[in-house]
Amino acid sequence: MPSSNQSNDLRIGIDVGGTNTDAVVLNAQDHVVAWTKQPTTDDVTGGMRAALAAVLEGIDDPSRVGRVMLGTTAATNAIVERRRLGKVAVIRIGAPATTAVPPLTAWPDDLREAISAGELLARGGYLIDGRRIAPTDIDEIRRFLESVAGKADAVAVTGVFSPVVHDEERKVGELVREVLGDSVALSLSHEIGQIGLLERENSTVLNAALHGVARDVTGALSQVLSERGMQPATFFAQNDGTLMAMEYASRYPVLTIGSGPANSIRGAAVLSGVEDAIVADVGGTTTDFGVLIKGLPRESTAPVRIGGVATNFRMPDVISIGLGGGTLVSEDGERVGPQSVGHRLGASALIFGGSVPTLSDAGVHAGRASFGSSPIGVDYAERLARGLAVADAMFGDAVDVMSLGKAERPLVVVGGGAFLVPDSVPGASAVIRPDHADVANAVGAAIALASGRWDAIVPDGLGRRDAIERACDMAKQRAVQAGADPNAVEIVELVEIPLSYLSEPAIRVNVKAAGPLSWI
Amino acid sequence: MPDSSTRLREITIADLPALARGCAVLGTGGGGEVESGTLIALSALAQHGPVRLVTLDELPDDGLVLPLGGIGAPTVGHEMIHGIHEVYLMREAMEEALGATAVAVMSSEIGGGNGVVPVALAAQLGLPLVDGDEMGRAFPEVQMVSTNIAGLPIEIIGLVDVIGNVTILRPTDWEWAETISRMVSVAGGSYALMADNVISAKRMRGAIIEGTVSQAIRIGRVTEGAADPLAALVGELGAAKLITGKVVEVERRTGGGFVRGSVVIDGLGEDANRIVRLEIQNENLVAFEDGVVLASVPDLITVVDMHTAGAIATELVRYGQRVSVLAWACDPLWRTPKGLEVVGPRAFGYDLDFVPVEEAARAFI
Repeated sequence: MPSSNQSNDLRIGIDVGGTNTDAVVLNAQDHVVAWTKQPTTDDVTGGMRAALAAVLEGIDDPSRVGRVMLGTTAATNAIVERRRLGKVAVIRIGAPATTAVPPLTAWPDDLREAISAGELLARGGYLIDGRRIAPTDIDEIRRFLESVAGKADAVAVTGVFSPVVHDEERKVGELVREVLGDSVALSLSHEIGQIGLLERENSTVLNAALHGVARDVTGALSQVLSERGMQPATFFAQNDGTLMAMEYASRYPVLTIGSGPANSIRGAAVLSGVEDAIVADVGGTTTDFGVLIKGLPRESTAPVRIGGVATNFRMPDVISIGLGGGTLVSEDGERVGPQSVGHRLGASALIFGGSVPTLSDAGVHAGRASFGSSPIGVDYAERLARGLAVADAMFGDAVDVMSLGKAERPLVVVGGGAFLVPDSVPGASAVIRPDHADVANAVGAAIALASGRWDAIVPDGLGRRDAIERACDMAKQRAVQAGADPNAVEIVELVEIPLSYLSEPAIRVNVKAAGPLSWI
Repeated sequence: MPDSSTRLREITIADLPALARGCAVLGTGGGGEVESGTLIALSALAQHGPVRLVTLDELPDDGLVLPLGGIGAPTVGHEMIHGIHEVYLMREAMEEALGATAVAVMSSEIGGGNGVVPVALAAQLGLPLVDGDEMGRAFPEVQMVSTNIAGLPIEIIGLVDVIGNVTILRPTDWEWAETISRMVSVAGGSYALMADNVISAKRMRGAIIEGTVSQAIRIGRVTEGAADPLAALVGELGAAKLITGKVVEVERRTGGGFVRGSVVIDGLGEDANRIVRLEIQNENLVAFEDGVVLASVPDLITVVDMHTAGAIATELVRYGQRVSVLAWACDPLWRTPKGLEVVGPRAFGYDLDFVPVEEAARAFI
């Protein structure tokens, strides 16, 4: 076990992407001490091993590394590519209610085939006020479990209104253990998501299907660390830009699904040293905008589809516009994009001797950067200037939409096309261009916050205060489970939504707690 | 109404996305979300096949029409979904109480999710769906239906909850119908299937708003692949474009069981330097500019994305969205003195005389 001495001052962030595995070493002041970019390998382990070896060369003593944080798109890729997914026995408890939309309705056929080991819609579940829809049909569930024995790698259990009352899902969870033993993975929906039956059920089933993928990735990390004789504390980056302890991540792999954009938003912020900012990642074809509030990415309120399935994961609020380095400028200069020359920029753009006017040409022509090999013909001057003005207005509009009317935040720009963004953007107080921006994802993984969230419906009026306090306690408890220091965890977000058309006035509360990682 | 030779005769799975988009537009910001309703319809059509679309004229005089819709709390609808048993129990209870046979299902409210779900209910019962409804849009209360304005008394209401409890009401008037139905729905988990005023096809004739199912599908279709979806939608609706601009203020508060609030839109392009404020109670009810009404309930006011022309529900409107506010005329029934008494601005607490949108917003048509 690592001790809490002064020598554990370094941490490593690793980002395993589909193409590259990046790693960085950060010191206690969040400065990048070493960094590398290595190709991702099929077994994940190889790329991780190479990346770790490369960054460790940049520091004198590996034992100074107290923590290793991993960001990965492995779960997302597994779903999108329908690879390495576990077979899941899907149980919904709620009949006779909800039978009009059986489990996995509207799933793409191939994903359903890859995942489902059978589906059951059993009698049981709750109404919004905690009364029963029907008694839980334990016998029916037991028979179903016996029928999937040997076929299912995991079981997903979703009870109607389980975010309000959890007991029934827990009871069914115990039955799963009794019938199928400890070898199957178990996902209970109230631990995964909020009110919203179908989205929560989908998320729970995906979570159950991802246990194997999570095991592979955690196994790979443990292996490369032990090969080096290192025993740091290990964490996974999750969707909201915070961390979860390895053990927690292996139970909730689905929570890593949005960690890619979250890490790049976090990383851009860490590199620029600001806590509240708008972040723009300018690529070749698109620019993604996100918002950082008190050090965490702002979450989206819109439902998220993953692999063709509607879910209610808490994802970063990101908008994407069709502007990047390869974006085409129209004949009259009045329209830019969304078409792009993409990765052919080096052959097609005017500055590289090509014949296609792009935003990169416009940026270079306007003196925002100087690169390329060919001069730009004078005929193009007016068209490029006009196109750049249109692009500037589009950047400004996107920043304005993300700012929600608050103009005092700076804009942090990263990515290969960052030079396209002018030094002054309406709606942003300043434009910041940090160093090491191309490993922002790995930097974003190497952060030191853990969080927990709780969602509940509470009575408005007498008892409201106690109920909200209980919800706050649950969120804090979750944050501590994820690795936060119990003495420093605090409530960072509390949203109260009044509900209409109910007998008794009620409020839905959504609480998020976060805190620095506890020293081990 | 389109003539019968070109009229849509049946609804298939392929029609559902267009129907859902159209119902969202007719929902005027409320009426409940259409997504789960679309899944319900998808499951039912996959199992039972397409649903025949008919006019009231095609139905036998003494056959019962079941005007169906959900009653409850929108928040509950995010978690709770109908059970397939509900509509069978409803038919059985109504046929037994009235001693007649059900011959068709009708949507009681075309706006929002309630416009989509009846497709599934008709498919389940193997009955046709009436091409029409009792609102032509979305309204929040039971008495706000065309059959009330047409002078039909409220004789019977059926409520079936997800558990399977069946309630038959014989209310004394439409206001009691709203009060008791609301209480019954709450008792069953704030989510129930409701049939309001089940009567014969003969008595229903002239008391509904016809053609609204095919209208919803047309509205959904017109924006599909259109070069300018907004212009296409405006043309289809014959709508006034009250303003195109940016949402700069969203305020929500609750009171009396409703989500109330206002949205302020700051004009862009041609509409630069104009500001329009929308007043909301579940649905978009009044549009003001400089204190002057541009459109008001019962005329329809819908906020759409200025690029895709997709309707934006009131709870999803947020700062920075680029939107157009469209307003168009309601069914003439709602503009009669009785109609305005039940659903005019004063019925929602606004001390305003109703001015038809084609006069109030003449400049924007």
